[in-house]
Amino acid sequence: MGILEVKGVGKNFGGLKALSDVNLSVQENTVHAIIGPNGAGKSTLLNCLVGKLIPDTGSVMFNNQSVLGRKPHEINQMGISRVFQTPEIFGDLTVLENVLIPCFAKRDGAFRLHAFEGVRREKELMDKAMQMLEDVNMADKRHMHSASMSRGDKRRLEMAMCLVQEPKLLLLDEPTAGMARADTNNTIDLLKEIKEKRDITMAIIEHDMHVVFSLAERITVLAQGTPLVEDTPENIKGHPKVREAYLGEAH
Amino acid sequence: MFGLDSKDSKLLLIVAVLALAAPFILNPFPAGSELAQFNAGYPDLMQRFVIFGIFAIGFNILFGLTGYLSFGHAAFLGVGSYSAVWMFKLLSMNVIPAIILSVIVAGLFSLLIGYVSLRRSGIYFSILTLAFAQMSFNLAYSVLTPITNGETGLQLTLDDPRVLGQTATADGSIPVTNLFGLEMRSTYELVLGAWNFQFNAGYYLSAVIMLASFYMAIRIFRSPFGLMLRAVKTNQTRLNYTGMNSRPYTLAAFVVSGMYAGLAGGLMASMDPLAGAERMQWTASGEVVLMTILGGAGTLLGPVLGAGFIKYFENIFSKINDNVLHGWFAFLPDGMEDLLVTIVHPFVGKGWHLTLGLLFMMVVIFLPGGLIEGGQRLGKLLRRKSAKQDDEDANKSASTAAE
Repeated sequence: MGILEVKGVGKNFGGLKALSDVNLSVQENTVHAIIGPNGAGKSTLLNCLVGKLIPDTGSVMFNNQSVLGRKPHEINQMGISRVFQTPEIFGDLTVLENVLIPCFAKRDGAFRLHAFEGVRREKELMDKAMQMLEDVNMADKRHMHSASMSRGDKRRLEMAMCLVQEPKLLLLDEPTAGMARADTNNTIDLLKEIKEKRDITMAIIEHDMHVVFSLAERITVLAQGTPLVEDTPENIKGHPKVREAYLGEAH
Repeated sequence: MFGLDSKDSKLLLIVAVLALAAPFILNPFPAGSELAQFNAGYPDLMQRFVIFGIFAIGFNILFGLTGYLSFGHAAFLGVGSYSAVWMFKLLSMNVIPAIILSVIVAGLFSLLIGYVSLRRSGIYFSILTLAFAQMSFNLAYSVLTPITNGETGLQLTLDDPRVLGQTATADGSIPVTNLFGLEMRSTYELVLGAWNFQFNAGYYLSAVIMLASFYMAIRIFRSPFGLMLRAVKTNQTRLNYTGMNSRPYTLAAFVVSGMYAGLAGGLMASMDPLAGAERMQWTASGEVVLMTILGGAGTLLGPVLGAGFIKYFENIFSKINDNVLHGWFAFLPDGMEDLLVTIVHPFVGKGWHLTLGLLFMMVVIFLPGGLIEGGQRLGKLLRRKSAKQDDEDANKSASTAAE
């Protein structure tokens, strides 16, 4: 049994079959990549996992609990954190405040009316957030206005925000989309580092083969809303079906 | 001090000194002089300064922190006023139970309106709150007449029960609002030479409550709760995917600001025990939006400053009529005098809205952070200038030393 079990998931948008009969099993402490050409349904699948969309058919189990019908914040509280395609951070807040918020979410749950306590007095959480910033080499930027940072730094901050929650599963939606080669390599290094240091399960949706083959231990190839194959990177590389899906059918 | 860091303590202290010394500060001109009409240190106006200050502080907790722009906050103010007056009619003329009830009723009312309105955000939220407030206003005006006394407004009468107090005083008049016997209207006058300073019990009660409200607002701003509200404003999606449910946070902010509005309404009724439906009208809701933006939304001091500014304009600028203008320009030749009066005329007296409107436009265009931002920029400019001056002085002394 994997930590995440997707069984027979289907989703239609009007007449368009975005997903049909998707089965996926993500094992604990692995990096699982989901690849596929544009329009293969990768993002739709991810949105079904985090509560943004509800699939028409099938089931999504996380740690033997269904996530279907739960709101995004409830799913996060179950232990799934998500990195967006364009970094979603709290732009008006400082870097430290950005990392503090997930610390509060982890400790206090989805809502707590702590209106008189004073953020600065939360020594434990402050230390935790600072430690996290040290880990991603952003401690010296802690008082920076986060919207004014470079895109690479925003990505790094968003990862820190997810990691500080110690999620059981980290979902990454094209973490290197629109990045320069150097930034892409930095992100790969960061993800490798995270993998080595922590017991973490990652599911990556990715376009860039370079990223996928540098990180993934298992790969699922998605095409036209259904999984074609699931295998190790070595086997996927030469797989004829994959070539077909990416390059089009040979005539 | 009181669990605040040194910067916030200083801010609270400054506001406290300003509020407590207001009768002096707002009365800089000797009575009977030409400029005496610019004095704002009379009880009625000072009370309005601090009461609208409370209203704006509360509004800022919702709008400044979460970015949800409510156009219906006057409804909570009105509900607070009605509750307070009913307390004076039924229970006693003591202001404490009246204020407590107005806060509670406004809190419940805002819970109801907030619960429905917060299902939407952005402009739709604003429209929903506006609709609710206008609905309340119209109900108070018509159907709810048994409770609100309709057009006339709710007033005290000689045959109100007042179970814990007295229905009428010994000389057969309506008793006045008081705090355990201290009448709200009682005023101590201090005459110092040509100056006449007035210390009013009602003002000081309002000022103390305003300080307490301001202190609570600082605590909320600096708390994890305040941090989450700011997070709602900057990126609600991220907040939800971080495991926080934004709805109860925004609802709590809405109710807290509604209770502040109720407190302001209750205090208003405590100073002058009557309540009319016009207090709930949309223009009144718009006014608190203006106050907050003018002073600086999201800042601690801004809303208080904005409230003071607008109330000063409303009460002082509006009193400058043509006669006063002629008096000012009397030293000029007749033609010039008339010309100047004609030019200035639209901006003062009944035209004070024009001046306020222009000021508001200038602030929004050039100082998006409100008057507070203006102050900060000025402070920076002065500091830079003085730093430059220091540098120049240092250079000069260095060169003289070299010689």
